[in-house]
Amino acid sequence: MSASTSVFGRHEKSALVTPVFANNPIGVQVLGICSALAVTTRLDKALVMAVGVTLVTAFANLAVSMVRNYTPSSIRIIVQLAIIASLVIVVDQVLKAFLFEISLELSVFVGLIITNCIVMGRAEGYAMQNPPWISFLDGIGNGLGYGLVLIVVAVARELLGAGKLLGYTILPTIPDGGWYEPNGLMLLAPSALFLVALFIWALRQWKPDLQEED
Amino acid sequence: MELYLNLFIKSMFLENMALAFFLGMCSFLACSKKVETALGLGVAVVFVQVLTVPLNQLILHHLLAEGALSWISPSLAKVDLGFLAFILFIGTIAAATQIVEMAVERFAPALYTTLGVFLPLIAVNCVILAGSLFMQQRDYTLGESVVYGVGSGLGWAIAIVAMAAVREKLVYSNVPDGLKGLGITFITAGLMSVAFMMFSGIQL
Repeated sequence: MSASTSVFGRHEKSALVTPVFANNPIGVQVLGICSALAVTTRLDKALVMAVGVTLVTAFANLAVSMVRNYTPSSIRIIVQLAIIASLVIVVDQVLKAFLFEISLELSVFVGLIITNCIVMGRAEGYAMQNPPWISFLDGIGNGLGYGLVLIVVAVARELLGAGKLLGYTILPTIPDGGWYEPNGLMLLAPSALFLVALFIWALRQWKPDLQEED
Repeated sequence: MELYLNLFIKSMFLENMALAFFLGMCSFLACSKKVETALGLGVAVVFVQVLTVPLNQLILHHLLAEGALSWISPSLAKVDLGFLAFILFIGTIAAATQIVEMAVERFAPALYTTLGVFLPLIAVNCVILAGSLFMQQRDYTLGESVVYGVGSGLGWAIAIVAMAAVREKLVYSNVPDGLKGLGITFITAGLMSVAFMMFSGIQL
């Protein structure tokens, strides 16, 4: 079985794995920053968001790729937006039905998956040129790459800011009679920007060819 | 009047779209290399925001909200189309940006050359969709949504212009290799976000 015909050959594997590190949507392609910063105050929110974005990206890529040969290029953006918006409505309704608390916490950010650049960027940049199965894998891969950054940032923020992970106490804080002095800045907006900057710094020191010139 | 003023200040500084909610970050980072470009994009965002938030407010209250369709027939009084909000909002936004683009091209060619490239980009800018979604969540009236549109748009514009001004000066500094470009921009945005936090607690 050659790589081009198999269901999961080398080509397919690279579509799935490359976006996680080497072509990470947040660190390298600079896509989908908005929600990455806003939902990372707690790990559970970040996990739900990562799963939501992965599913939407994968199925949006699949659908866009299936209709790519029938879509006139002048209206392709609106076709993509309609597909993505429908998928996000499904995610939103499922969250409201089964995870109501988290859906309240995420508030507008579920709806904002529609304009998350990862979804649009992959649909426009990848799914429009590639067959459905590999586009689907590319969507999963990009969702995972996005989820990875989200989880790293969320772990740092929840652990250092509140001494907890997923609501369980890891570092007992001083107000609760422990020894850890919680760093309140971690729960506020600016810390997310600093953490993502550190993440990008680490990634680019590790892979120097990603560094920018100016 | 006081309510509107309060909402205006709150949406502009306290709940700054870019620095408190991280919305529109993609274009915030990509288009903030020069003050001129940043200004053009900022003006375009204010323009579209002022138009779409009230427009979506009208759509929400006259088409989608529970009982809004009862004027067609009483049997529709219980229909709640709220779940369609996302797709209708984004449709309105895409259409509005298209119309604004055509109108500006026809009536203000000078403005079009400045804003032209940014207008299509704005359709997928999260600031615009977020404005409408916050309006839905907080149940603003028509007047409030106009004020909110102006305030949040202006707040974002101020943030991106300030960011571009900082970045123009940043060219002269010696930044570690791994932080060049994107990394240092994030740190700058973080420091600006700290600065904007001083507005919290302002009540008029």
